[in-house]
Formats: sequence, C-alpha cells, structure tokens
Amino acid sequence: MKVEIGEVEHVARLARLKLSEDEKELFTGQLNAILDYMEKLNELDTGSIEPTFHVVSHQSVMREDAAKESQPQEAALDNAPDKAQGCFRVPKII
Amino acid sequence: MEYEAVIGLEVHAQLLTGSKIFCNCSAAFGAEPNTHTCPVCTGMPGSLPVLNRKAVEFAIKLALATDSHVAPLSLFARKNYFYPDLPKGYQISQYELPLAVQGSVEIPSADGGKKRIGITRIHMEEDAGKLFHDEAKPFSYVDFNRTGVPLLEIVSEPDLRTPQEAADYLRVLRAILQYLEICDGNMEEGSFRCDANVSLRPVGSKTLGTRTEVKNMNSFRHVERALAYEIERQNEVLESGGAVVQETRLWDPQKGITEAMRGKEEAHDYRYFPDPDLVPLAIDAQWIEEIRKGLPELPLQRKERFIQAYQIPEYDAGVITASKALADYYEECVRLFPEPKQVANWIMGDLLRLLKEDEKEVEESPLSPQHLAGMLGLMKDGTISGKIAKTVFEEMYKTGKGAQEIVKEQGLVQITDEEALTKPIDEVLQNNPNEVAAYKGGKDKLFGFFVGQVMKATQGKANPQLVNQILKKKLS
Repeated sequence: MKVEIGEVEHVARLARLKLSEDEKELFTGQLNAILDYMEKLNELDTGSIEPTFHVVSHQSVMREDAAKESQPQEAALDNAPDKAQGCFRVPKII
Repeated sequence: MEYEAVIGLEVHAQLLTGSKIFCNCSAAFGAEPNTHTCPVCTGMPGSLPVLNRKAVEFAIKLALATDSHVAPLSLFARKNYFYPDLPKGYQISQYELPLAVQGSVEIPSADGGKKRIGITRIHMEEDAGKLFHDEAKPFSYVDFNRTGVPLLEIVSEPDLRTPQEAADYLRVLRAILQYLEICDGNMEEGSFRCDANVSLRPVGSKTLGTRTEVKNMNSFRHVERALAYEIERQNEVLESGGAVVQETRLWDPQKGITEAMRGKEEAHDYRYFPDPDLVPLAIDAQWIEEIRKGLPELPLQRKERFIQAYQIPEYDAGVITASKALADYYEECVRLFPEPKQVANWIMGDLLRLLKEDEKEVEESPLSPQHLAGMLGLMKDGTISGKIAKTVFEEMYKTGKGAQEIVKEQGLVQITDEEALTKPIDEVLQNNPNEVAAYKGGKDKLFGFFVGQVMKATQGKANPQLVNQILKKKLS
C-alpha cells in the first residue's frame, strides 16, 4: 500500500476536512486505487510526447488592462457570517 | 570557527496596472474597504479569471532589464493554504515553468568594484487581501481590495554575503522597477516587500547550512538590522554547539530582534498544481522584441551617460542615478543651471542631508530644481557669497520661498563695495591690537582670523576676495 492512513489524515487536515475513522479507511483504499491506476499509465513510454498542461488547446488568453466598476461593498459582504466597518470580521488571527 | 552568512532574498513588487491581474476591478490603493471586489477576485463559484496583458508586459520588462530568460511557455498554478486574507483558499501563482529564469543584476562590492547577483526566477502572482487587527477585541477585519492586485516575485540566488549587500541589491532592484515605471517601490506602504533566507556556513565551505526565513522588514534599514541580528543569533547558536532550526522568524523593529513564528509546521505544504481555470501563457519572440525596443534608459545606462555628458565623478553619478526621481531632479537643475559638478555637490550634500533628516523622498522635497538653480544663479553673479548660500538654501527648504525673495527680505546681498567694507575692517583691526601686532611680527596664520572676524561682523555678507584684498593692504 502506497498511502498510509497517516497521510490521509495529514491531507485532510490541510484541506480542513474532518473525517470519521470509517472514511479514513475508505479514502485510503480509494487513493491507493487511483495511484495504482497511475502506475499502470506509467508503464507507457511518453518520452516523445509533449506534456499536456491543459485540456483545451487555447494559449495566452488575455484581456486589456481596463479598470471597471466593482460590485458595491454591500454586495461583497452580503454572504459574510460576520461583518463590521465595511470588512469581513473574523476571530483574531495574530 | 569562523562563519560566513549566505543570504537569498524574495522580493514582491506590486505592479502599477490599472486593474487587477485576473479581473477588471481597480488595483488602486487606498479605497474604502471591500469596494474593489468582484466574483472573480473573491473566488465565487462559476467565475473565471482572465489574465491582464499589461501585467505580463510589465513582467517581461523586468525580465529583460535583469538579463533574465523569458520562458516561451509558462504556467499558472494554485498554491493552496487557508488564511482569512485569501478568499479562494488558494493563491494563483506560478510554480513549474515561471515567466522568467536565470537573470542577474550588478551591485557595488565592498572593495569598490562590482558584484553580480543572480536571479533564480521571476514569476507572476496575485496579492492577498489586507488584515487589520482589533487592539481591544478578539477580532481581525478583512479587506479584499488588494486581493488579486498583480505581483512579481523576484527570487535571488543565495549570492549575498552581508546585510549591506542585501540592502544594496534591494536598492538596485527597486531602482530598476522605478525606471521601468512598473512599481512605485514604496516599502512602507508594502508595494515593494522583501523576505530573506539566511544561513551560516564555515568560511570556505561549499555546502549550505540550515536556513531561517526572516519576514516583516519594511524599510532598507530594517532589512540591514534584521539580517545583522539574525546572522549574529545563528552565529551564537552554532558557536555554543547548537543547531539552527529551519523556521520562519518575524523581525520585531521595536525590540530589534527576530522571533520564531508560532506553529506553522504544515505551512510549507502548499500542494501546488496547474490552475485548470487558466490556459498556458505562450510568449512569442516578436512580443519580447517589441518590449525590448521600448525599454527606457536603465540606472546603469543613465549612470554612464551622466559620467560622459556631465563629466561628474563615477561616485556622484552612482548616488544620483540610484533613484529615478533624484536623477530627474538633477537633470532638471542642470538644464536650468548648466554647471553639473556644482549642482551635484549641492544635491548630494545639502539636499540629501535635509531630506534624510526629515525622512522625505526627493519627490516630496519642498525645494524644487527652480529653487536650487535660482540660488546658484545669485551665487554666480556675486549677489550672495557661498556662505550666505548655505543659509539661503536652508531657508528655501524650510519656507518654500525663492532665493531672490529670501535674499531681499533678509538683506543678505553680498557686500562688494570697498567703501562699505572699510568700516567693519577698521573696527576689527582696532578691537584686536594684540593680534595685529603679532601678525606684523610674522605670525602669518592670523590672517585667517581677521577674515573670520570681518565675515562675522558682516553676518557672512562680505565678499571674501574683497575682504582679503583690503586686509592685505591695511596690514602691510
């Protein structure tokens, strides 16, 4: 097995996910199945193939530098669980 | 054992575009909180980022100005972490395939020569929001106006050896950004920020020691002080047989020390991956050439030109061209009063001293090139003496008035009339009979004393050449 349960716990913590013991088991199994499939792909020789960075073939999509009206402050704060003084208010983090 | 420091810097430069890097919200500083946001920069589901062409152009400019290699293809990636100033839960940055690599800049070296500092990479990314912390209550406030403002991250090679070299490198880099007019370089306001990686190794060793990352240095002086402190701290750890711990440390300017940041052991696990919302950025050679042709004169080129065109010493040219604003100021003065060395002396001596005392930049100088040229004109035509000029200079700086006006108001016109000087000279001689006798007895050095007394009696207004002449006559 490539992925151990400790690694699943680590990744879950980084993603702020709370997993039950059953889920940890489940995801460990699923992640390993995915990695096994990747191993299978690695058997192919892709040395002469350009890497695919994106599924669409467009490149360099850009826009001109023009500032436009933004949404009003009220709209920006509309979904905030807590707000004050035009800002999102969060527990002190320093 | 003797150790040497190895320093590498990561600089973040905010770009002077009108809009943000991936949306049309204004990138301007100082608006009411949360009035420059949209679904894109706040990461609402279903919104899509589109790259700002000007931000790319600015990045290419810096790459060319630092002899970096512009990548024909570069990629945007997501840097994943959670913090309240990051609405999407990831920052769009570049990881593999940054915009430019393998550049360098030139800094002055300790022996008076030059040293090249390598630039590992230059990449584009978006800024995070701004946090304000409540002094009294357990709250922080989040403003997303800055979220998505374009940044360049410029990573140096670990080529710097002293805090002085680090500060010099930052000055050179900031000057280049300002000459290119792509970043205002304001460290206090945070549009030019710097983190440092610092480690120590035995002199002569080629392997790098364990490094710490020092953050929160928001002026050149703080960079020097923080690095000096951190080098000394690591030196003491190693000397006492301990080991340096790899960690992030914050500079505390009040206490003058660096302190370990608390509990961020997972902070460096960013799980970068290519951002599926953005297609790869291909930069063709033709665009690069167009930008190269449009590059303005850069600090080193301007320095060379000053040496050639104005015949001023290399040192003077270096000091003056280190800041674009100062070099512009100098050229305007020389245009108005074409005596380049004299102008350089006044700017490097008196002007920079007064600005430094007030902690002002040359852009904020209350004394304009017109002021300085006006005063130099009065000196040249003999209206005021060099000594009075110093007074006039300070007065212009203090009040913003012109030289002519100050001279008139305070009656500072030089006395060039022989008759008007005879009286004060006679008085000085009468009041100092012993010195007169001693001088006549062969004590030549006393001549300077008499000149000084006359200048004092005339409040510095006497023409010194004329005083010399009359005194010589009277004392012979």
